[in-house]
Amino acid sequence: MNTTPMTDTAFALSLALLMVAPLAIAGVALINTGLGRCRSAAQALLGNLTIVAVAAIVFALAGATFTGGAGHILQLAGKPWNWAGTAPWFMGGLSAASPHAQLALLFEFLAVALAAQIPWGSGADRLRLTAGCAIAALLAALVFPLVAHWVWGGGWLSQLGVNFGLGAGFLDGGGAATVQVLGGVSALAVVWIAGPRRGKFPKEGLSTALPGHNAVYVLFGCLLALVGWLAWNVAGALLWLHAPLSALPLAAVNTLLSASGALGATFAVTRFRFGKPDASLCANGWLAGLVASSACAGVVLPIQSLFVGVVAGIVTPLLVELLELALSIDDPSGAITVHFVGGLWGLLAAGFFAAQPGQLVAQLVGISTLLGLVLPLVYLLFWLLNRFVPFRVDADGERIGMDLHELGGGAYPEFVIHRDESYR
Amino acid sequence: MKYAGLLVMSAGFFLTIAALILFPDPNSRTVFVLCGMAVEALGLVVAVRGHMAARGEARR
Repeated sequence: MNTTPMTDTAFALSLALLMVAPLAIAGVALINTGLGRCRSAAQALLGNLTIVAVAAIVFALAGATFTGGAGHILQLAGKPWNWAGTAPWFMGGLSAASPHAQLALLFEFLAVALAAQIPWGSGADRLRLTAGCAIAALLAALVFPLVAHWVWGGGWLSQLGVNFGLGAGFLDGGGAATVQVLGGVSALAVVWIAGPRRGKFPKEGLSTALPGHNAVYVLFGCLLALVGWLAWNVAGALLWLHAPLSALPLAAVNTLLSASGALGATFAVTRFRFGKPDASLCANGWLAGLVASSACAGVVLPIQSLFVGVVAGIVTPLLVELLELALSIDDPSGAITVHFVGGLWGLLAAGFFAAQPGQLVAQLVGISTLLGLVLPLVYLLFWLLNRFVPFRVDADGERIGMDLHELGGGAYPEFVIHRDESYR
Repeated sequence: MKYAGLLVMSAGFFLTIAALILFPDPNSRTVFVLCGMAVEALGLVVAVRGHMAARGEARR
């Protein structure tokens, strides 16, 4: 954890940015809702809201303890391995903490809410509201605090530079690892445990297309997400990378360039593949560019950021297709591709383009931790959670839609819900 | 098969940590970190194959 005093200007700017950052949460909520079906729209958006609330409450009650503070240190091979925070329970002493520590905690509150939203989109149209809240609680209480401490709170990943001479340690200014990859890993675990939507993979033939019900929500969500992401990445550069004020416009430009490059690439790929650009895949591409920028916006040049975005934009539509058609993974929001793979690519790119020697290895160690420790841990915890709080709604609930089943009323009461062809 | 894949992924992580501790030389360390990641990739492939096999059974 950085102990350098923060100037008043930097404090005020960070606080202002963190007031705007929740627009990323709003954008992802709209995208999750628009990519689901109309008969589950109210449940989807209410789910996003309750998940943010549950994540915030549980993080305040328990998670914040393991995120901050000096930390539990394990001595291994003569090196300190700081693996969990030791802050006071229930955020005790926050008002007396340094301005940097207070802003860091605010950033983490927003980060845990966004991370918990990501698996909700992947479980659309079959994940129960209570399951979504339980997943959010588990992430906010245990998994997010550990990862956030390792990366942001002076934990062992951030100390790779000091202890092993690996660049500046694991770099993640905007939360590509702590938010995006963690959310993507959770999405993969949810999809594996809950299984696909009914009728998605029929007994014969290819998978059934179940397109999102509202492209306008999805695309407007992308615009909201841009505003939030700009604030997020610039605030992250200030708080976690300790960038000078003069470097902040570059971080914002890099964020925009990455998203723009990704959108352009996805537009071209889908235009080439299908004859016309695909709106929902273009939205996924845009978001993948933003996600990739989370890792590297503060550490790369604009041309490099554009390259990062273009690669993310090329990979995203191809991988969405591969996951669905070849690997039988039903991910309505595309979170596994966008957040998991996009986040990993951003973290890797930050290592490739960083100036410090050893930075690439530091990034690889961080990626290895996310894949080899966090993914199995999240899967195990979710598998256990599913025994007590079943993730998936029953067949009847899925047939009538999550709105009617869980809320007793639909999002669009004047619409006529047509008979679903996939249930024949 | 999915669980076996996840266990193999964990083994890859420990290989990466072992590389940090055992190899002070940057080149050897980089090679072993990459080996750890290769093991993780192998585990992920096994886990995904396990998922596909389970989905294939469910379709029958």
